[in-house]
Amino acid sequence: MEKFTVHTGTAIPLRRSNVDTDQIIPAVYLKRVTRTGFADGLFSAWREDPAFVFNNPVFAGASILVAGTEFGTGSSREHAVWALRDYGFRAVIAPRFGDIFRGNALKEGLLPVELELKAVEALWDLVESDPTARVTVDLTAREVRAELPASTAAWTFALDDFSRWRLLEGLDDIGLTLRNEDAITAYEERRLSFLPVVG
Amino acid sequence: MVGDTAKPRTLAEKVWDAHVVRSAEGEPDLLFIDLHLLHEVTSPQAFDGLRMAGRPVRRTDLTLATEDHNTPTGYADPAFNSRRGDLLTIADPTSRTQIETLRRNCAEFGVKLHPLGDEQQGIVHVIGPQLGLTQPGLTIVCGDSHTSTHGAFGALAFGIGTSEVEHVLATQTLPQSRPKTMAVTVTGELGPGVTAKDLVLALIAQVGTGGGRGHIVEYRGEAIRKLSMEGRMTICNMSIEWGAKAGMIAPDETTFAYLRGREHAPKGEAWDAAVEYWRGLTTDEEATFDTEVILDATQISPFVTWGTNPGQGASLNSRVPNPEEIVDEGERAAAERALEYMALEPGTPLREIEVDVVFVGSCTNGRLEDLRAAAEVLRGHHVADSVRMLVVPGSAVVREAAEQEGLDKVFKDAGAEWRFAGCSMCLGMNPDTLKPGERSASTSNRNFEGRQGRGGRTHLVSPTVAAATAVLGHLAAPADLN
Repeated sequence: MEKFTVHTGTAIPLRRSNVDTDQIIPAVYLKRVTRTGFADGLFSAWREDPAFVFNNPVFAGASILVAGTEFGTGSSREHAVWALRDYGFRAVIAPRFGDIFRGNALKEGLLPVELELKAVEALWDLVESDPTARVTVDLTAREVRAELPASTAAWTFALDDFSRWRLLEGLDDIGLTLRNEDAITAYEERRLSFLPVVG
Repeated sequence: MVGDTAKPRTLAEKVWDAHVVRSAEGEPDLLFIDLHLLHEVTSPQAFDGLRMAGRPVRRTDLTLATEDHNTPTGYADPAFNSRRGDLLTIADPTSRTQIETLRRNCAEFGVKLHPLGDEQQGIVHVIGPQLGLTQPGLTIVCGDSHTSTHGAFGALAFGIGTSEVEHVLATQTLPQSRPKTMAVTVTGELGPGVTAKDLVLALIAQVGTGGGRGHIVEYRGEAIRKLSMEGRMTICNMSIEWGAKAGMIAPDETTFAYLRGREHAPKGEAWDAAVEYWRGLTTDEEATFDTEVILDATQISPFVTWGTNPGQGASLNSRVPNPEEIVDEGERAAAERALEYMALEPGTPLREIEVDVVFVGSCTNGRLEDLRAAAEVLRGHHVADSVRMLVVPGSAVVREAAEQEGLDKVFKDAGAEWRFAGCSMCLGMNPDTLKPGERSASTSNRNFEGRQGRGGRTHLVSPTVAAATAVLGHLAAPADLN
């Protein structure tokens, strides 16, 4: 996994709540057997609308997505995270995320940042008035910073220590777990006798 | 492993505690996974990861695969015969490649597969219970959010992403932070003609799509206890639609009766030992939940969705809501957008909404009991000329059982299409899709924009509402047929 420490970039405002993973990437794109090449599927139905924010060239190159609440609900498809990464995003900021999406993002180096709606609205206003505004997502300090018209804003966000450490170090979960293989083997030896097996 | 501590615990806590391989301060618990289900869509990249790292599947004996999401369900092509399992029946080359990839991966890594044409093929969440592999107290995962279905047996079951699929294949464990617990107590009894689907749609409308976030939910109370296993699966299936990590129902005599004699259920003395263990899988009386929700079953009537998320629903007896009357600004904007997408006018009676397609099937409502309920309503009636009705059994076994009862004849006589098993029109990645602008009444689980095909409009309904709607051509309850 690619490390995440501090990222500064421009942001794109997605003023919608309940952006489910079917919107992030429709099912027709899930037939591929690779982990890459999903950027064309990202919000593909909405991108057919010329007025959709992703079609506004002033936001081209944005690497931070700022969305409404319940982002990434629905299907468990990790393709949603791959599509966002392929498109160039390193972080998504929203008031709240779907659990599975959030877990998938943390595994792929896409940082899900939960900020309260007021902060999200301030970021929407900022980048809509100045699409070149730089936004910093700082995982070391667990903080989002931006230059607002009147002041420098800094919002702290929560992320558990373990997930943060994994992202800062870019660690692979499987490798970490296999350090405890003895414990897995010991558990396997004490499992109940009547549990089902396939076959 | 149950009852080995003095502290009163919930069902979820008991199952969790029994699966902790390793626990360390400041880290997620490492949980052992008893059953890992796979399908073609979310597994290829996980197998690739194993291959690149030179890792085997740790427990092939706890891993089972099937083909369901992008498989065709036949019918439209007269040459189609699912029993052949012939890949040439899959017209789309990318879909075919994905199925071929699953077959190759299962062969290479030694994973058992029920492929298209196999007598046990079907939707992953239908075949687990059907085979008796889904049992109380297990941990069950699958790269599919509707894995919550298996919680109906008192298992801790949840959907995972592809990175986690690879993790489970390699280690048979998952690092997980302990969620909060929630009780949903449904008091009273459901009225006649009101189903588990109506109950769960009404619940989601009340608590919202994010209402269960971060919680393992236990459904309890009189109305839940009286449900069949099929009804309980419908409820647990939709736990993810209100954001819950998992949904569970404590096992009881209904659960044991369902499991007894199934292929993978314990036999003889092992059965007795299992039942004794399972009886301990209830929430202790003094245990407390982090959150509690109470719902009165007697107040629930047939329920349908009008919007583009499962929380945007209302009683069939009501009207399309007026967004201007919604106080919360975010919800108001979402409702406005939903009505625009759905092409609905505020104030329209829900019964006046005409549909083009009726879909009966999916992991939510594709089991034998669901097909029986729909057939019972259809018997002696005919599907309206303006409506196309698809009936898609959840598995090859369900299809076979339905045919033994003559349900296929009821559907065909009524003018519905009787198809082969698969996810079908639930998710728009196989040939069964809505065309742009088409409107469906669907027994599936998601009414998201474009879920059933780009530009398609979905109303979520129960199997009985689906059948009545097919006959009358507009959203309707069985009582409307009299």
